This record gives sequence, structure tokens and C-alpha cells, in this order.
Amino acid sequence: MNEHYKPAIHFHQVQYSVENLHILKNVTGSFPEGRITTLVGPSGAGKSTLLKLCNGLLSVDSGDIFIQDKNINEYEPVELRRKVGIALQSAPMVRGTIFQNLSLPMSLQGKTLSEAEAADLLEDVGLKKELLHRNTQDLSGGQRQKVSIARTLVNRPPILLLDEITSSLDRTSTQDIEELIVKINRKYGTTMIWITHNLKQAIDVGDYTWVMMEGEVVETGESELLKTPENERVQRFVKGEGE
Amino acid sequence: MTYLSLSITLIFVLIPLVLSKTLKLGLEKDTMIATVRSIVQLLAIGYVLQFVFDTENYLFIFLMVTLMIVTATLNVRKKGAAIRGITWKVAVTLIFVELLTQGILLGFGITPPTAQYIISISGMVIGNSMVLAILFLNRFTSEVEARGEETELILSLGGTPKQAIHNQLTQAIKASMIPTIESQKTVGLVQLPGMMSGQIIAGASPVQAVQFQLLILFLILTNAAVTSVMLGYLSYPTLFNERMQVLKTKNGK
Repeated sequence: MNEHYKPAIHFHQVQYSVENLHILKNVTGSFPEGRITTLVGPSGAGKSTLLKLCNGLLSVDSGDIFIQDKNINEYEPVELRRKVGIALQSAPMVRGTIFQNLSLPMSLQGKTLSEAEAADLLEDVGLKKELLHRNTQDLSGGQRQKVSIARTLVNRPPILLLDEITSSLDRTSTQDIEELIVKINRKYGTTMIWITHNLKQAIDVGDYTWVMMEGEVVETGESELLKTPENERVQRFVKGEGE
Repeated sequence: MTYLSLSITLIFVLIPLVLSKTLKLGLEKDTMIATVRSIVQLLAIGYVLQFVFDTENYLFIFLMVTLMIVTATLNVRKKGAAIRGITWKVAVTLIFVELLTQGILLGFGITPPTAQYIISISGMVIGNSMVLAILFLNRFTSEVEARGEETELILSLGGTPKQAIHNQLTQAIKASMIPTIESQKTVGLVQLPGMMSGQIIAGASPVQAVQFQLLILFLILTNAAVTSVMLGYLSYPTLFNERMQVLKTKNGK
């Protein structure tokens, strides 16, 4: 699917297991640079694990991952994680205010984030700047998810991994985030890999899609493939989604 | 105190036994075991100490202190079983604390280099460090488990393992030191320390007993800080691998 594009991330026969459970089985494929690729598939397909492998939170058992043509093992972990940002599914927060959370990526590097910069980031994700000093314990699930995305953007990573970032948002907030992600992608040419259970979202927002099942990539192509998949298992999955 | 008087003190064992039986607490067996063990262990150590004090041989002093450190280490390691290599980490910490304490006391001539002082103070130092280490490991392992997502978040943003575990580490260090600090705030007002009371009962002047007790309190404060901090900084790197990833602990969490 990616012959016209340079791969930002390439997987070559990647396997990953936990004890005797095979989470990823011989995964091979590329994520094109500057495009949005969605990862869809049932729970337990290995999608979140794939993202954590790209960010270096986990390492492969066998096979290789290349990030911008360089083997992932050649990157220093800290360098890799600042290049490949990830917004985690549970949107974890450190104890304290939104501002403290937005400042975190900078403070980890011994730098500071100004309040004005933090306020801009908040507004980018559709939150009012008046919330800047609110404790994160007082936020709704949707607000936490938005703060999590804003915090990931602080490092301005050229590759952004998004793990079900709209699963706890209402329709309006979901739409805001979709627009924001597309805007960032178009403005900065950021490569995005987005896990979603929302097939309409995958078709509307994604340029490409990977369908994963039981640790395998069963079908890849332009997002439209989700309307008329070739693979029977994917057909059943898409049908099940609509039921 | 005669053995007859000592026998009469068993009344203090009968009271909890009767209460346990009456209220069906089911603690009779444990109370009996604890009583018998304490009689046997303390009498045995009494005779051993008498022998060591009489001989004043440094080899026996060394063996006594080693026995204390080994016993304390084996006791603490159970609480930190999830941390790789916890046995030697605890042992190194206890040895360091003992050397630091005795180094200062003997080096500055605060206490004489006799078995009587070295063994008694070692017992208090190692015993206190053992309790501190257990408190620290209990809190540290539960903090690490409870705040796993926070650790993963900081790593994912490009933080180092030290940055990722900093909050959990400082929380555990503070929590383990608080009982020592709090008990020292009320010492003399609420409770008279056992060692000081013992000295007074044995005929020492209260002022002299207080002077010695102050020395022990300050020692214990240092021990508390050094034990928690040292054990913490020895333990946290084993939670991560060289790729700065969180390793699974031995109990799979």
C-alpha cells in the first residue's frame, strides 16, 4: 500500500510474547511518513503492544523495527521517545495541576514551559485556558484525554502514536480531536498511528489502515478498504461492528 | 532479680491468655509460643553475652554482629522478594549503617571499644534499621505497583528511570522515616525509652541515662535516613532494564 511513500516506521517479521502468550506474530509492514494510519481490530489483537514497541516501552522478541530508516535499537531510549510520542489509552496523569502535567515533558529535560505556551496547547485541544491550574483529579475522562494529547504535543514529535484517544469522549469532543489531529498532521507533516474502534473515524480521518486480529496483520490498505474488505475475517469484523 | 521473682512475672502472660480464651480470640497458642521463645532466646543470648563480655575477644564480637546482620537480612528480604537481588542490597545497607555508626562512635571516642558497648549498640542499630527497611520496602513495592501508569507515562515522554520512579521513591523514604521522627518528638513526654528505663532501674543516674539515650536517638535518626535512602537507591535500578523499560517483578506485577 505504501509504495508511493517513504516509510516512517517499518516492521520486519516482528514477534512479541508475554510468557507463553503470542501477542504479535510475524508482523511485517510500513507506516508511511506524514500520513495518518489507523489500527483497527478487536480487543486483544496486539494493537497497543505494537504502539509501545514503536515508542520503546517494550522490545521485540525477534524481528526488527526501523524508525526513519534506522534500527530502533540504535536509538538511545530517551531520544527515541522524544521522537516517537505516545498518548496512552488510560491518559495517566502525574499528581498536580494541568499546568504541571503539560510542563512535564519540558521539566524532564530540565527546561520550563511558559504559562502562555501551556495555555495555547490547552486551547489547541479545545480546553479553556482558565483550567490551567485545576487539579487533574477534578477532570472528566474526556478532559484528561485532551490534556494527555496536549502533553504529548509538547515535545513536537515527528511521529505520534494515539491509543484510543477518543474512546471516552462525547461526539462533539471527538470531532474536535479528529480535527485537531488532522490539523497537526497537515501543518507539521506528523506521522500518526491511531488505534480506534470507531470504523467511521478510521475511514474519515485515516489515510491508511491496518486491520489486526490475534496478533496478526490481516489486511492493510487505504482506509476505504474498511467499506469493502477482501479478507473474510475482516468482513465479519466490520459486519460485527455495525451490528 | 531472682528466678522466683521472674517466675511470678508469668502472671503477665496469664492475663492475655485468659482474655484470649474468654473472648475466643484464638491467640493462646501464639502467646505460648512467643513466651517460650522469648524465654529461651533471651536466656541463651544472656549467657552468650556473658561469655563474650568476659572474654573481650574481637572475633566473638565480630561473630555476634555478623549473626545480627544475617538474621536481620533474612527477615527483611521476605518483604522485598519482588525486587531482584534484595538479599545483598539489604545486607550491604545494614553493613554500611553498622560501619558508619561504629566508625563515628569509636573514631571520635564517644564509646569505648568494648564488647559491652559495641554489641549493645549494634543490636539497637541493626534492629532499628531492620524495621526501617521493612517499612520502606513495604511502601516502596506498593507505590511502584499502584503508580505503574505514572512510571510508564514518564518513560514514554523521554524521562529516565530515576525520573520515572522519583515520586514513588521519595514517598516511600518519607513514609518509612515518619514513625522514627514522630516518636522522637514525644520521647520523654509520652514514653521513656526502654534502654533508658533499664539503665535507671539498674542504678544509673537519670541524667547519665538520658545522655546515653540521646546518643542512641540521634544514631537511630541517622540510621533511619541512611537505611531508607541507601536501600531505595540500590533497589530502584533493578526495576528497569538497559533500554529503560519497566521489568516485571518476581511476583509478575
